Formats: sequence, C-alpha cells, structure tokens
Amino acid sequence: MSRVIAGPFSRVEGDLEISLEIAEERVVSAEVNSPMYRGFEQIMQGRDPMDALVIAPRICGICSVAQSTAAATALGSAMGLHLPANGRLTQNLTMACENLADHFTHFYLYFMPDFAREVYSERSWFVQTQARFKSVTGTAARQSLPARADFLHLMGYLAGKWPHTLAIQPGGSAKSLEMAEKARMLAVLQQFRNFLEQTLFGDKLEAIAALDSEDSLLAWKEQRPATASDFRLFLEIAYDLQLHQLGRSAGRYLSYGSYPDEASHLFRPGVWVGEFQPLIPGDIAEDVSHSRMEGPYTALPPALGITVPVEDKSGAYSWCKAPRLAGQVMETGALARQLVQGHPLIRDLTARHGGNVQNRIIARLLEFALVLPVMENWVKALRPGLAFCVHGKMPEEARSFGLVEAARGSLGHWLHVHNGRIYNYQIIAPTTWNFSPRDTTNTPGALEQALVGAPALPGKDIPLAVQHIVRSFDPCMVCTVH
Amino acid sequence: MADELTILWLQSAGCGGCSISLLNAEAPDLHVALQSAGARFLWHPSLNMESGAEVLEIFQGCLTGETRLDVLCVEGSILRGPHDSGKFHILSGSGKPMMHWVEQLARVARYTLAIGNCTAFGGINLSQGNPTGVCGLQYERDQPGGLLSSDYRSRAGLPVINISGCPPHPNWVTETLILLSLGELGAEQLDALGRPRHYSDHLVHHGCPRNEYYEFKASAEKYSELGCLMENMGCKGTQAHADCNMRLWNGEGSCARGGFGCIGCTEPGFEDPGHPFMQTPKLAGIPIGLPTDMPKAWFVALASLSKSATPKRVRENAHSDHVILPPMVKKARIK
Repeated sequence: MSRVIAGPFSRVEGDLEISLEIAEERVVSAEVNSPMYRGFEQIMQGRDPMDALVIAPRICGICSVAQSTAAATALGSAMGLHLPANGRLTQNLTMACENLADHFTHFYLYFMPDFAREVYSERSWFVQTQARFKSVTGTAARQSLPARADFLHLMGYLAGKWPHTLAIQPGGSAKSLEMAEKARMLAVLQQFRNFLEQTLFGDKLEAIAALDSEDSLLAWKEQRPATASDFRLFLEIAYDLQLHQLGRSAGRYLSYGSYPDEASHLFRPGVWVGEFQPLIPGDIAEDVSHSRMEGPYTALPPALGITVPVEDKSGAYSWCKAPRLAGQVMETGALARQLVQGHPLIRDLTARHGGNVQNRIIARLLEFALVLPVMENWVKALRPGLAFCVHGKMPEEARSFGLVEAARGSLGHWLHVHNGRIYNYQIIAPTTWNFSPRDTTNTPGALEQALVGAPALPGKDIPLAVQHIVRSFDPCMVCTVH
Repeated sequence: MADELTILWLQSAGCGGCSISLLNAEAPDLHVALQSAGARFLWHPSLNMESGAEVLEIFQGCLTGETRLDVLCVEGSILRGPHDSGKFHILSGSGKPMMHWVEQLARVARYTLAIGNCTAFGGINLSQGNPTGVCGLQYERDQPGGLLSSDYRSRAGLPVINISGCPPHPNWVTETLILLSLGELGAEQLDALGRPRHYSDHLVHHGCPRNEYYEFKASAEKYSELGCLMENMGCKGTQAHADCNMRLWNGEGSCARGGFGCIGCTEPGFEDPGHPFMQTPKLAGIPIGLPTDMPKAWFVALASLSKSATPKRVRENAHSDHVILPPMVKKARIK
C-alpha cells in the first residue's frame, strides 16, 4: 500500500488535492480535499439582502450567473415576486448561455487534452487527437476560444458582461432588450449552431438529440470515420479505452431542475435511483464530521446551517462540508439532469454501464443539442416593449431559498433575513455534492467512491485515470467551499 | 527564443473569473494576442497540460533561475489567515501556503502583475471585517503594503502592476503584456494606485450610452428603466477609473448597457461602499459621490438647471423600459 498526494490539478476551476491509497496498481481509497476557504457565507451576514446580488456571483467566475440566479430566486421568493414572461425568458437565456459556454470550455480546454498525452502514443487515434486537442497548440484550442468568445456575445446583450453581472434581478432582468438586440442574438445563436453542427458533432443538433439508445449511438458512430467530428473522435477514444468502466458512481442522482417557466421546467427536478423520485428540499442536510468546520455531530439543514472554520480538527481533511439527501451521497451534473428528465440515450447508457466517465461526457454534449434549439425559440418569444422586470419590497423578516442547475449540477442558496438584514446565508454548490468528504457514517463522497478501483501506479505523477475521472465531473472548486 | 516573454499564472484566493474573462479576449483572441507579445505561458491553470509534480517543478525552475520568469501573474487575494498561518489556502500537493509561493516567485519575476481587484487591493473577501485575513499583493484597500511591502520592486524595477477590475477586461491584460514586451510600460505609465494608465486614465462614465439622461438628470428609479443610474441606483461610473464604456465587453456590453450601475470594481474598497450597492447615498437629496474633478457647487447648480431643461422625451423615456417617445423626425434636413 502506498500513498500519493495528488495536486495541483490544472484544467479544473480552483485548487484540488486528493490523497490516494494505492495497492496492486489500483486506487483502494481516496480523500478529496478542497484546500481553500474564502468565507463568503461569513461576509454575507449583516448586509442589505439585495447586496447578495453583488457578493454571490463573485463566489465563482465560471458559474457566476448560476450564483446570481440562485440569489435572485431566493430574494424574489422572499419578496413574493412572479417574473414577467420577458424576465423569465431572459434569465433562462442567460443561464443557458453560461451553461453551454461552460460545457464547451470543459470539453475543449479541460477534459480532452489529457488524451493527447504521450502515454497514449500507441493508440490508433493518437496522432489525430494530439494534433486536435493538445493544450495551447492543438487546433481545437485555437478554434474553440474564438467560437466561445463569439457565443458569449449573448452575454453582452443579456447581462452587460460575463462573468459578474447584476442584470439578473429578483423580479426579472435589469436589462430591457431592444428589437435590434433580439435580431442579433438570433444571429449569434446561428453562428454557434454552425460550429456545433460542423465541428463538434458533424451532424444536425436535432439528429444528436434524437439518439435514443446505446445501439443508435453505436450505429451513428459506425456511419462515419473517427475524424468526422470532435464528438466522433471522443467516441473512438471512449470505446477504445473503455471509459465506461472508469469512475463508476454510487448510482444516486440529483437535479434541482433547470430552465423553469410558469408551469414546469425544461429539465425537471427530481432524484434518479434507477427510478424517478420527487425532490424533497427538506431532506437536504450538511454534515461536518470530516470538515474543518465547527458544528454538531448531526447534519444540519442548510436553512439552519453554520459556517465557522476551525484551524485544526481531528479527522477533518477538507474545508468542504458533506451535503447529503436523506442521509445519502448524491451525484449531480448533466448526467443526473438527463437521467432525472428521462432522456432515453442517457437512461439506456446508464442502465447498461452505470454512471461513469464516458456517460458524464455524453450527457454534457447532449445538452448542446437539447438546449440550443430551445434558446432559439426563447429569443423568438422575447417581446421588446413589454415588461422585463417587476419590483417589490424585501420584508424585514424572511426565510427562503433558490435552487438552480449550474452547468456542473445542483446549486442552492438558503437565505434568512432578520431585521431587514441578512442574518444567515448558506450555499451548497454542485461540487460540494460531488467532491464532498466523508460523513458521520464514514461514507465517502461521490468522487471518493468513483475513484476506487481506478488504475494507478505509485509515484510522483498523478495517475492519468484519476485525472480523467476528476475532470469528468467538471469540478468547480471555488464554488465547492466558497 | 531570446525575446520570448514567459508568463507564470497563479490562482490564489479568487473566483477564477479573471482567467475566465481572459479567455473572452477577442479581436484578436487570446492566442493571437499572446503571439503578438511573443508571450508563452510556462503554466496557466486553465490552459496547460501539467498537473501535480510537473507544476511544482516549473515553480522550482523559476526559483532556481533555471527558467527565466518574465511575468508573474497572480489572480486572487492573499489568504493570510487563520492567525497569519496562510492555512486557509495550502497550494495542493505542495504542503505550503499559497502566500509562500507567491512571495517567493515575486522575488524572481521581472514583472509582477496583480490580476483583478482581489489581487491588487484585497477585493470582495476583505469586506465585513475580513474574517479570513485577506490582502492584496502590494496594497490592503488603498493602503500601501500587502503581502509584499510598499517598497517591493520586481526585477525590472517596477512596483506590482495592478490590473484591477472584477473581473478585468481581457484586453486590459493582453495590452499590458504587449506593452511590456515592447518595453513601453514604465513607472510613468502607472497611475497613483499602480494601475496601467492605458485603461485607468478614463472614467467608466466616458462613452456611457445613458449620457443624454445624465446630461438632463433624467434618472431611473427602478431596474430595467432607461434613465441615468447615478442619482438613485448606486452608479459610480463618474468616479471609477476604467474605459468600460469605450471598449465594451463580450462584444457590445458594459454594466450600464446591461441595465445596472457601476459598482466601481476597479477601485480599492469597492466591496464595502458603506451603503447598499444598488442605492445612491445622498445628503439633503444630493448624491454624496460627486463626479470626479467636479466642484460640488457647480454640480448642484448644473443639475438643478438641467433638470428644469429636461425635454419631455428624455423625462418620459427615463422611466420606461423601452423608448416610448422617439426623437422627433425633423421636417427639414438636419444641419
């Protein structure tokens, strides 16, 4: 048995350290440490409630709109506001733009470059993969940044700038869009669709969205050469390296639901445990038994959560708390969203192979095909001239919460207003779920479980399988602890 | 390559948003802008392959002088807590506080750049009593002296270059790198707070699309209204140093264009304005924060005069979320 302290990891948001126990060239145990604490929940206290709109997005540069939207939802709920149609459309468009831009950054800049490492030089796909995906010098690195920047022009229109906007308000949007902007946003979406169809998929988005089983995916794969598109090349790599056997998750999935309208969500909220179950937010609690945090032995619901860091605590190895749903470890992200929603391709892949590196990536890419066409419809539904925002008054006393889906999973804010000021503000981010430490029952978190069994050689380098598994979750460490 | 500019980018206690903003660079994109500066990342956490021991070897190479470090970019404030131990951020895999690595690497860098308000002045986590003991690289708010002393100079003889902003515009960073590569960014090109004057010699107000509403003090009272955001909505654009409304963000955006006021994110202490961010503090009905360089008596006199001269069109549109009265179409040709 040998121990490896793995870190720092490039191409994840923020700092991450993992302590690995390795025996017989396999990981037998992992402890995931979020090594940075910044105190956001502490600096919220005592402020004017609306200041949360300035503070919360600054938790995270890559999910800042998700943080804004969770804060605005909690504030709007406390104020009893109902968004006008334009306000709902604008918030959904802004969230969708961030989520797809994050998926894009993850695939091209963070995840794929690992397959361009020399260790894979004997594989049939290596030459093409290295030319395409090598960090900095690969053609994908060069092509993807301008495509990403062009797509983010949507943020210029919707949010003024990204990251860190104040456009998302409890009652809708501070930005009232004009006809000219509606027209230009449609053109920006067309440009991004062209990139996705020509370069990422090599097929129509509607054709990708219609894949409904692993058999249909394999048939699609066989119809074109490995270099036909970036997705096709990924499938070549994934099936060759058997990425479906890597990073198996515990099989319990959580989604708060994304892109709400008056009656429902584009992707519904819920839990998937081999069957659909409704989400009960009251079942969420955070355990601090292995966190460098003061707190009771029993887990606390976030509405009553406490955040007081402690320098030294026996058995604690992370600043991250351990959120649990009815005491259970949950995985969250695009895979969870599509399992809960019931997309047939993702349900079939997961029924056959469970949650794993390959399925997390496919679910994420599938969301381009599912969401972009809906964004086009949302832009068309905008009605400049009608209201984008409603207004209200913050009560002196209030308790509320805001639940949203960031690109990388379920994000919740819990707000307590007392005497007109923020009395308590608690945040559980997607990677808090996925990269949580152990809990009181000594049950490891989702990544800690997914790493067990990964091929690993002892030594100073971080085992590559560990890197694939870590990045398959698209972690955001700055959100994790905040 | 002798004239290559090597860059090492560290993420300290920040949100990663400065890097995410840097990736938004366009016209030209980041890679082309770096190419024009002859610049190459030794390591950037979002862009480069290396992880784990490979990264620490790069740091070590810079510290021993084996690798020349031209530009050290630090993103995020310095976490000194708890009790000056730096344990709120141990750089993973190294067992040492991040503040140790920043301090050591700053000694060998030709230029040290503080990327973002957190790194320059302490930023958002400095608020509400500073529970984690954060500071900037060479400032704590507007007070000289942070992790590095006020007399720190990088090997090229410059203080820390503060590319402040939350986040900074990507081109503030790329232009700084290009000017450094040309040898045209000397001490005289930095303002009194160490910010590059190529963006800080302007005010956010310059080029504001709401200028006509400002001229006539036709002010918005609620979000999504078109009027000026200074009088009621907390906008500090007439005081904050930056060219945000001249060069624009994400194509055609800016805070004012996004419908919300400037919170002065390029300025030290923006995190604790002493009033709710989205409300303008006033004394006897007059905003406390007057436009930079404007004498108060003249501001009051002009505001009062312009309010009485406000055209009906401007007054009514200011309180609407869309143009309800378009400018008159003149019967004769415009002159």
